[in-house]
Amino acid sequence: MPAVLEIEGLRKTYKSRRRGTRNALDGFDMRVDAGQVHGFLGPNGSGKTTTLRTLLGLIRPDGGRMALLGHEVPDALPTVAGQVGAIVESPQFFPHFTARDTLSLLAGAGEVPAVRVDEVLELVGLRDRSGERVKTYSLGMKQRLAVASALLKNPKLLILDEPANGLDPGGIREMRTLMRTLAESGMTVVLSSHILGEIQLICDSVTIISLGRRVAFGAVDEVLAQHSSGAVRIRLEAVSDLPMATEALTEAGIRVTGHPDHLMLAGVDKPATVTRLLAEKNLYVSELAPIAVDLESVFLELTATAPVPGQHRQVDESMKVGGTGQPGPAGGGWGA
Amino acid sequence: MSLFRTELRRLSKRRFTRYMSLLGLLVLAAVVVGVFFTNQKIDAGQLARAERQADQQYQEQVRWSEQERAACEQAKTAGTATDGRYPDDCSMITAPSRDQIEASWFLPSTFDFKETFDETLIPFAAILALVGFVIGASFVGAEWSTGGMMNLLLWRPKRLTVLLTKLAALLTGILAVTLPAAVLWFAGFWAVATFRGSTEKMTSGVWQSFMLTGVRGVVLVLVLTTIGFALASLGRHTAMALGGVVAVMVVGQFGLGILLSMASVRFAEAWLLPTYALAWMTKTVTLQDWNSCNATYYGECKPATMDITWQQSSVLLSVGVVVILGAALWAMRRRDIS
Repeated sequence: MPAVLEIEGLRKTYKSRRRGTRNALDGFDMRVDAGQVHGFLGPNGSGKTTTLRTLLGLIRPDGGRMALLGHEVPDALPTVAGQVGAIVESPQFFPHFTARDTLSLLAGAGEVPAVRVDEVLELVGLRDRSGERVKTYSLGMKQRLAVASALLKNPKLLILDEPANGLDPGGIREMRTLMRTLAESGMTVVLSSHILGEIQLICDSVTIISLGRRVAFGAVDEVLAQHSSGAVRIRLEAVSDLPMATEALTEAGIRVTGHPDHLMLAGVDKPATVTRLLAEKNLYVSELAPIAVDLESVFLELTATAPVPGQHRQVDESMKVGGTGQPGPAGGGWGA
Repeated sequence: MSLFRTELRRLSKRRFTRYMSLLGLLVLAAVVVGVFFTNQKIDAGQLARAERQADQQYQEQVRWSEQERAACEQAKTAGTATDGRYPDDCSMITAPSRDQIEASWFLPSTFDFKETFDETLIPFAAILALVGFVIGASFVGAEWSTGGMMNLLLWRPKRLTVLLTKLAALLTGILAVTLPAAVLWFAGFWAVATFRGSTEKMTSGVWQSFMLTGVRGVVLVLVLTTIGFALASLGRHTAMALGGVVAVMVVGQFGLGILLSMASVRFAEAWLLPTYALAWMTKTVTLQDWNSCNATYYGECKPATMDITWQQSSVLLSVGVVVILGAALWAMRRRDIS
């Protein structure tokens, strides 16, 4: 599949006399193929919004290469802007205009037919409230309006930064359905979000960013598989046999964590090995359950942002790619 | 062209634009109405009455000077100290001649179009320039502070084109208010002069002079609108322009004026911006240095003068626009938008 979004070695450095130098983007890579719903994940301050702003020409990069729909940006932005719909960060609109005026002015600036305004208002569920001023809208309604403004161009690539922010559960489900429908119609959707369960449900592929660098990317299933720890929980018929089982498994090179009524095993390639090992020692397994990994745990592991009791993690405190004891990127290099 | 039309629509849809324009026009209307009700048409009866009052005044002056001269001579004969009340030579106390007391002093205020209309174009330009400055600052400042500019740049990534198109739409909008207002201003004062004064002695030269002053007034409005727009764009907030102008006027003008006056600087007004705005409108402002004395052939003491011309003002206005708008364009092109 052709790539609609390509980023290679993107760099952005902020220099301040007081705060010194900070690399917001430190050689970041990203690729999104056509027709996908792609999740763009990262902790606060990891560089997600900076990436999107840079891609859309709002921020000047210090290095790297970017392309949208096969055109090098920012040089070709005027050519491709009409095919890229985007909302960046929280929705911001002139508060005294109505939703219809807001969209109508954007449509005018972008030479989009006026009839499209009604279509997108219908699509995001704001048809009946479109005559009200934006300042009277809730965050969720502003979010819907932002999505409507991005959809106004009927873009080939839709970039949404936290589109579910402020939406009620029904709204989140509607948004999910909308994303899927748009992707099925051929639109490529890039979705930045912190609601990892949603991303896992909606997205075909993901990119995870931490401290301005890509730490994982690929199809969601692949990323989950690559970061599965091979953890297995076992219970025995007799709890009193647990110490013997621990000894036997440890001798076989399996990492074992003991619990009062069960054992947690790590680094198990094939669960059948465990049953065979224990059976040889006349220890009989009553339950063996591989522990499924989810996107949230992969995210927390890769970005090292899992909460630690008694500690208050600060923004920017997350993992550095290639640091000691840290896993490398899940996938290969640029274009893989 | 679609962006230009859209920006014109955006400008006209904004409540602030509508209210400020309306307020400016109401103030202008109030000036015309005020002038209408404070002036009268002079008829022959009023002229005759004024002549009589001038005569009466002359007679009083004659009577008073004779009394004073008599008192002076009496004091001189008696050798009474007068504490400088009377001159050494009592014959110097004389009444003014009759022609020095003008009948026009006793006439009610009347609006002579030829003599007075030129002056009314100064408040006209000043009020609309203020309106233009505030609308210009708010038009782009609110766009920056509410995220509208960022949204627009996602649609139209050519930053300079966007900013200059917005400016073009703003100036078109301001012109669309200013030109009809100028026509109404001419018409309003023509009506005032017709019903409450005089429209006599209007030659084509006078009309031409008024038109040129009007054009300079419109240019001043557009220049200040551009400066308000550029300052707010530079600071990415309306308050930048409004705060900037308050700072310049309070610190840079009042403060500087006081400082220059304390330092007894010659022609201190030459350092103050309003002098140049006034010179732009009136073609020349003559500053006087009352601390100097240039003796004339007749022994009079005349202050030294310095002329500020509209050409000098045009240089200042041009440099101001180029520097401030240039800085705004540079910042628009170079600075990140976050």
